[in-house]
Amino acid sequence: MSAQQDAAQAVESYAGERYKYGFVTDVEADSAPPGLDHDTIRFISAKKGEPEWLLAWRIKAFERWLEMEDEEPAWAKLHYPPIDYQDACYYSAPKSDSDRPKSLDEVDPELLKTYEKLGIPLQEQEMLAGVAVDAVFDSVSVATTFKGKLAELGIIFCSISEAVKEHPALVQRYLGSVVPYSDNFFATLNSAVFTDGSFVYVPKGVRCPMELSTYFRINAANTGQFERTLIIADEGSYVSYLEGCTAPMRDENQLHAAVVELIALDDAEIKYSTVQNWYPGDAEGKGGIYNFVTKRGACRGANAKISWTQVETGSAITWKYPSCILQGDNSVGEFYSIAITNNRQQADTGTKMIHMGRNTKSRIVSKGIAAGRSDSTYRGLVRIQPKAEGARNHTQCDSLLIGAECGAHTVPYIESRNPSARVEHEATTSKISEDQLFYCRQRGIDEEDAVALIVNGFCREVLQELPMEFAVEAQKLVAISLEGSVG
Amino acid sequence: MPSRRTIPFDYPAPGADPAPALPGAGLPWLDALRDEGRRLSANGLPSTRTEAWKYTSLAPLAELDFPHPAAAEAEAIPAEPETGAFDALEGPSLVFVNGRLSSRHSRLGDLPGDLRVRGLARGLANDPAGIEALIGNATPNGDPLAAFNAAFAADGCIVEAAPGAVMDQPIRLRFVAAPGSEPLAYHPRVIVRLGVGSSLTLIECHEGPAGAPTWSNPLVDIEVGAGARLSHVKLQIEGESAYHTALTKAALAGEARYESHLLALGARLARHEIHIRFDGEGADCQLRGGYMARGSQHVDNTTVIDHAVPHCESREVYKGVLDDTARGVFQGKIVVRQDAQKTDGHQLNRTLLLSPKAEIDTKPELEIYADDVKCSHGATAGEPEADQLFYLRSRGLDLRTARKLIVEGFMGELLEEVGHEPARAVLSERVAAWIGGDRS
Repeated sequence: MSAQQDAAQAVESYAGERYKYGFVTDVEADSAPPGLDHDTIRFISAKKGEPEWLLAWRIKAFERWLEMEDEEPAWAKLHYPPIDYQDACYYSAPKSDSDRPKSLDEVDPELLKTYEKLGIPLQEQEMLAGVAVDAVFDSVSVATTFKGKLAELGIIFCSISEAVKEHPALVQRYLGSVVPYSDNFFATLNSAVFTDGSFVYVPKGVRCPMELSTYFRINAANTGQFERTLIIADEGSYVSYLEGCTAPMRDENQLHAAVVELIALDDAEIKYSTVQNWYPGDAEGKGGIYNFVTKRGACRGANAKISWTQVETGSAITWKYPSCILQGDNSVGEFYSIAITNNRQQADTGTKMIHMGRNTKSRIVSKGIAAGRSDSTYRGLVRIQPKAEGARNHTQCDSLLIGAECGAHTVPYIESRNPSARVEHEATTSKISEDQLFYCRQRGIDEEDAVALIVNGFCREVLQELPMEFAVEAQKLVAISLEGSVG
Repeated sequence: MPSRRTIPFDYPAPGADPAPALPGAGLPWLDALRDEGRRLSANGLPSTRTEAWKYTSLAPLAELDFPHPAAAEAEAIPAEPETGAFDALEGPSLVFVNGRLSSRHSRLGDLPGDLRVRGLARGLANDPAGIEALIGNATPNGDPLAAFNAAFAADGCIVEAAPGAVMDQPIRLRFVAAPGSEPLAYHPRVIVRLGVGSSLTLIECHEGPAGAPTWSNPLVDIEVGAGARLSHVKLQIEGESAYHTALTKAALAGEARYESHLLALGARLARHEIHIRFDGEGADCQLRGGYMARGSQHVDNTTVIDHAVPHCESREVYKGVLDDTARGVFQGKIVVRQDAQKTDGHQLNRTLLLSPKAEIDTKPELEIYADDVKCSHGATAGEPEADQLFYLRSRGLDLRTARKLIVEGFMGELLEEVGHEPARAVLSERVAAWIGGDRS
């Protein structure tokens, strides 16, 4: 069936038979049947008790998405079979306890071994592995304590569904203001079907006293495959947000399309750190998560700063370009990235720095490490708009190849339209030198540890940007990700 | 099938089929090659939705109405094209007027026995089998503009150096458009074959008058034999309504060395695409390009260096100066294949922006599949350094002179590498003249 027919039919069903399928109004149902049409979206919206404007926004996005049939990005250096979007399930309620493993004994021993190496406490292992936990355990009460402290300062930190209900004005004002619903194929899909995610608002002049993390958000479980995060830092505020977890996450959904929007007003600063370690598939690349993420931050005000730090080690496919739109004068954008691919993983990741305001500055440090038969690509854009007087950018992209069957690629785009701007780009590709290995081995370090040590050194510039607790775990993760790549 | 990746382009203009009028028509292999070119070129021109053409729009070219090629030929070939940039040099010179070899203007002189230079049209008449051996399989490989060349090349030349041939004097190829009122297109095909251990300097110059728009679409197909050396100088100074879309392909055998020295100053829109392929180990490739544009000129340099075998070295330096609303594009790609261990590849693009409305779009790209390699690229863009200006001004130079001096030094670095001294002098003069016309 052609797209037009599809769309025509969809519009017809929207206009005519609003509740053609009974389940639409059946808010009690646990999940929507596979497939995506207007009813699915209405179902999701009804399920979450959303206001009319949000449903209308979702529908608008869905209709745009239908027109985008041939706009699924094909430019990235990624190879995967075509995705059947009608085959996926777009809403499912949290798993009931009976579906879950009863105890850690039922969990894949490989997974447990990894937890062990990362030094994760037993209770947290259970949570990560999706074991049914009936007793409320420690971190929840920790979270409650945190919540009280945040509320005192006027910081809002909750799920986006909650925010829609409690703070509709803020959500309506900022949702889609950085990543419009029509932005790109995956973001548009997300706008139509997003299930949950985080919402943060930091009021004027408040410095958030702790790292905010989804990990500590009580209802963080099952945010689903279409996560939507919105963070607003009001004038003069500061917030550091951690996303993800070093531990491999159990997840049955293969397709992930998240959207993250950051807004920094005058003198505000947002630091966003990610550790992504979704299931990468087996050694032959079977299974594994497809991760198509749109992350973008806008420095709306003068002297605003947005800093992205990411450690990408998981997923079979990574398609991710955390970006900064530097609108305010003197605003600053930063991107620090480590992307590690092993076995058959493919990562196409990088950033966009759009300089619009005067004296805006950006810095990009990207470290790509490819091992096994994987491909790692840095793809980035630095654009200097005509009014970005005195803008500065420095980009450093380094790639490290481990083994003769992997690929490392660098595709920077530089567009400069202001002569007073200074743009510099450097990239290198190398391998671990025999000298370095020899030096380590001579001192009794075995080859695998030596590689981990050298790679950690290679990544140091980025690792040191991570919040401390995260950095320690990330270092271990770097080593684990490369296991089996030498010798 | 209409696609947004292409722009419809009515070329040749509707009328009688030009194929029978092309030289060598009726040769089955050539007809097949031209048919293939016709088939591919019928898709039109690549649009900016095609990644390789992201920054260069051929839409203005597609809007031009080129009269039928036969009609263009009928127009009188001018009496005397103006003097060429390299006229003062010694050595054989081939002059192409409106894409066709003009024997009246060409001077071959006494060529040494181990060097053979001939026109393509004449070659097709005298020695079709010999030409077939040289271009028989040269399908355009999906390159949209090469397809036009394959389909419509009416002339060109073949330069062959026998093994061991060493030629001190350069061979000059001059392409010039005659002043006319109708838009004019030509697609010269140049074939260069260097035998084992031979050595040659080739000077390619594209000139043209202001006036009616011209579209020159040359394809230069080079093979450098084992241990051979080719120094290839290209000066492009076509008129302000010209379109220039050139593809230079070079295949390098073991221990071969290829140097490209390009200076692009002319045309409303110029695209210089260079594809290098290493076929043998130990080869070395040096690409140096300079571009200077002002007014509303658009200049695009696109290079692909394919390290298909181990132990090869490539060095690439492109530098440019953009003024007024000129736009520069640099797309440089280095591919290192899985077997190409010990590859050493470096690439640098630097651009000086002299006006607030000039724009540079740079895309240096590395695609690497081998682990034991040294590859890097770098790119910078910006106005002349304040420190440099201050240094010069503190010594009593006015701002204008200081800026000129900085631009001269910036471009001068490139020209120093041109081995053939008289050719270097010609290029330096052109750069100086461009700077002299600087209105800043």
